[in-house]
Amino acid sequence: MKLKQLSVFLENRPGQVKVPCKALADAGVNILAMSLADTEQFGILRFIVKDPAKARDVLAKAGCVVKETEVLAVEVDDRPGGLLRLLEVFEKANMTIEYMYAFNANRPGGKAALAFRFDDPEIAVKALQGAGINAIAPIEL
Amino acid sequence: MSAKIENRIWDKDETLCRADLERLQVQRLRETVQRVAQVPFYKQKFAETGITPDSIKSAADVRKLPFTTKADLREHYPWGFLACDPKQVKRIHGSSGTTGKPTFVAYTKNDRDMWANLCARFLVSGGLREDHLCHMAFSYGLFTGGFGLHYGIEKVGAAICPAAGGNTPRHILLIQDLKPDVLIGTPSYALHIAEVARQQGVDPRSMSLRFGHFGGEPWTEEMRTKIEADFDMHAFNNYGLSEVIGPGVSGDCIFRTGMHIQEDHFLVECINPNTLEPVLDGQRGELVFTALTKEAFPLLRYRTRDIAVLDHGKCECGRTTCRMSRVIGRSDDMLIIRGVNVFPSQVEEALLRVDGVAPHYLIEVSRPGTMDEIVVKVEISPQAFSDKMRQMQELKRRIDHEIHSITGIRMGIELVEPQTIERSMGKAVRVVDHRKTQAGLSMPKP
Amino acid sequence: MEQTQTCQPSGSATRFNPESAPDYVPLKQLRALQLHRLQAIVGRAYERVELYRKRLDALGLKPQDLRKLADIAKLPFTVKTDLRDTYPYGMFASPLEEIVRLHASSGTTGKPIVVAYTKVDLDVWSSVMMRTLSACGLHRGDIIQNAYGYGLFTGGLGAHYGAEALGATVIPISGGNTDRQIMVLKDFGVTAICCTPSYFVHLVEKALEMGVNMKTLPLRAGIFGAEPWTEAMRRYVQEHTNIKAYDIYGLSEIIGPGVASECECQAGLHIFEDHFYPEIIDPQSGAVLPDGQEGELVLTTLSKQAMPMLRYRTRDITSLDTEACACGRTIRRIKRIARRSDDMFIIRGVNVFPSQVETALMNVEGTVPHYQIVLTREQGLDKMEVRVEVTPELFSDKVGAMETLAKKIGHSIFNITGIHVQVTLVEPRSIPRSEGKAKRVLDQRKM
Repeated sequence: MKLKQLSVFLENRPGQVKVPCKALADAGVNILAMSLADTEQFGILRFIVKDPAKARDVLAKAGCVVKETEVLAVEVDDRPGGLLRLLEVFEKANMTIEYMYAFNANRPGGKAALAFRFDDPEIAVKALQGAGINAIAPIEL
Repeated sequence: MSAKIENRIWDKDETLCRADLERLQVQRLRETVQRVAQVPFYKQKFAETGITPDSIKSAADVRKLPFTTKADLREHYPWGFLACDPKQVKRIHGSSGTTGKPTFVAYTKNDRDMWANLCARFLVSGGLREDHLCHMAFSYGLFTGGFGLHYGIEKVGAAICPAAGGNTPRHILLIQDLKPDVLIGTPSYALHIAEVARQQGVDPRSMSLRFGHFGGEPWTEEMRTKIEADFDMHAFNNYGLSEVIGPGVSGDCIFRTGMHIQEDHFLVECINPNTLEPVLDGQRGELVFTALTKEAFPLLRYRTRDIAVLDHGKCECGRTTCRMSRVIGRSDDMLIIRGVNVFPSQVEEALLRVDGVAPHYLIEVSRPGTMDEIVVKVEISPQAFSDKMRQMQELKRRIDHEIHSITGIRMGIELVEPQTIERSMGKAVRVVDHRKTQAGLSMPKP
Repeated sequence: MEQTQTCQPSGSATRFNPESAPDYVPLKQLRALQLHRLQAIVGRAYERVELYRKRLDALGLKPQDLRKLADIAKLPFTVKTDLRDTYPYGMFASPLEEIVRLHASSGTTGKPIVVAYTKVDLDVWSSVMMRTLSACGLHRGDIIQNAYGYGLFTGGLGAHYGAEALGATVIPISGGNTDRQIMVLKDFGVTAICCTPSYFVHLVEKALEMGVNMKTLPLRAGIFGAEPWTEAMRRYVQEHTNIKAYDIYGLSEIIGPGVASECECQAGLHIFEDHFYPEIIDPQSGAVLPDGQEGELVLTTLSKQAMPMLRYRTRDITSLDTEACACGRTIRRIKRIARRSDDMFIIRGVNVFPSQVETALMNVEGTVPHYQIVLTREQGLDKMEVRVEVTPELFSDKVGAMETLAKKIGHSIFNITGIHVQVTLVEPRSIPRSEGKAKRVLDQRKM
């Protein structure tokens, strides 16, 4: 099961991250997971929310460039080595992780969760299914 | 294949009978020995061995003279080898040194004119006529390739479009619009032009180019066949190095059974690089040249480190000069990347100038399509690692800048984790060359 | 400045170069020569170039109608777009067999402007460049480092041939690689350098950084052209080095460098008017302005065989000075070029039109997004930044993809302009619009 991730283009200057965050706050949208990628010239803010369609609207109205992409979110045991099994699955399927980041809220049952971006999420879903692992569905957010 | 090219000879000195040629060589070699007698390096060597112009009685007596190497040039940087009044120097060129300092060479007005004439010889032997337009894809500058061919073309009276280096779409646009007859450059760049043209939906065979003169890097018969098929043109090889004069040391005739060495100006030897003894025709050896007519910068027995094979047999074209095969290897670790000479020691020196990189590196050379690619893998030190992408990018840029400023070319920089470059016992492997340029000989079997 | 009033030629200036003789021809003789050459060149252009023939015919003009120099005002102007419309060979007045050289400069869009030379044209070019170097006090004993770029750009080969004609030593180092430039300046006793003035400022600053004191070098002259510069820059480089800094002028459409040059008085640029006839016009009305008044420079080539230019509009704003120069040259002077009458700008000696950048963006994206060109100068080095607004279609969540996009745009701009630019992706609507149309070029260069 794939999730919709939103990303926003940001220039490297003070106060830039605030713009999308404030827009979401004002609209009452909670951010469940996020990461900021830095480069020399610009940043890309990526995040996962419960209602991506609404968030997308809100951000667009705030003047942000928004992109919607599919990522995979997977629960792992919140303990040392909890992530390892998952990584072995990806390695076996010969998949490169483009980037990944962690969810900020505690998951039910004391689990941790991570979002993964792949070039082809379909293959990743299949690899996970083959290993008996389920990705988080939008409804489970 | 496009129209046949007629056999033409530019200069009657190319066809001197061997006896006259040798007489000329001996006379010129004596003059050269006389000319360099005041060059400190040679003066000392001559004193040690008692050499005077009178020691030269035959061309074979060249073996009494000392060798000259690139390291000698470096030690006497910049002008220790100058054999003329500095006021007579009218042009300066340079090539890569083994470290940060390049090697410089000088020309008098006569040297310049002689050089243009030598380039005219091989250009004409490969089909150039005065009503042709030449598309120049060599870059100009300290590098001798561009200027040698440029003045040779002018000498013949043909036209030049000095398109120079870089920007392949612009080259293609100019070739399509200006319709040149001749392409001048490195052979790999010719193939690159063909490839990019096809990507743009342009058939290189539909271009006006009828023949090309290629040099500046080693290449193979397979590449020649491919260039000829790609453009429907004749492809000629030429050879030279700036320490000897630049392009114009030798070049193909239309029979293309080895490049004719301009023996009236350069005395050639082919030696075993280990024993320094001469090898026979047909056997691989290192080429050694002695300048016979140069005024500003005549080098005796310059060790080129280029491995090739000589053939003194008769050629159908009528030239009496000896022919050399393509360069089939090197007796040192120099690389030629897109026509530019690069020494691993230059890369090492560049890395030493950058804080935060370990002196462990690996140079990987490949030719994925038609163009050389060179990547330097550098181990970063733990202190230099940063979690900030921009700092890592900055480090990469510094390395890129230092390498470019020493070698003159841009290399790909790959930062790798510490301890990941293989350490070998004894001498480290610094270069992995994946290119397939060392094909067989192009010499005809007698 | 005091020096501009009374010229004190230094030692080298007294070495008169016989080939500079045309600089000193009595005016009456010069005007007669100009008229003679003008009649011949208009005749050649009319006979051999369709564009000129049609234009003269449309006006009912015949080459014979030019009876005095002032009659030149009857001729129609030639503009850059004429060269584009006749690209590549439509303006040639010599058969291709007689052409021995082609050069090219920036067009306003993707296609370059191509110019041609016969053997005689190359000789004229060498001689005017030789006169340029001679006017700047150089002679055969000089060691000249030529840091203009070689290739299609006329700067490099133009200065090279001039220096060879002078009999000087040429180091054809071409542009770039500043560390090596300074090493060569130092190691080879270079006495004169040819490059763009801003690049020389960069060399001076880089040398300071490297701990090289330029004042200890034998370098005594800088031959600077290919871009506009100022008296402030001249003062700066003359203070930090022992050189005299000379301004030279030229453009490919006319011949390349060698159209005009300062002399040792450094008080305006002498036009080599035995080969290039100058007029100053009002850029709006096209009317010829009296001497001394500021306007657009229009040049007519008087001797060019391969590609004669009749009343070519340079778009450079200057004025003509007819007063006698202290150096004794009779040929007239123009003031330094300070402005243009179009939107072209010059970066590191290369002419760039905003329309070229638009073509480049179009090639990458299929549309032209909002963009802005920002020109800055750091350590004397011109930087061109192109800011491009990111649209939803262009945006990707992957850093690598965004960097590739910026690289592709940069590559496309390089392919058309020959300039490496920094492409900065910016947020939408961050580039200020002024009345619908954005300000395309922000020139923040100082000095």
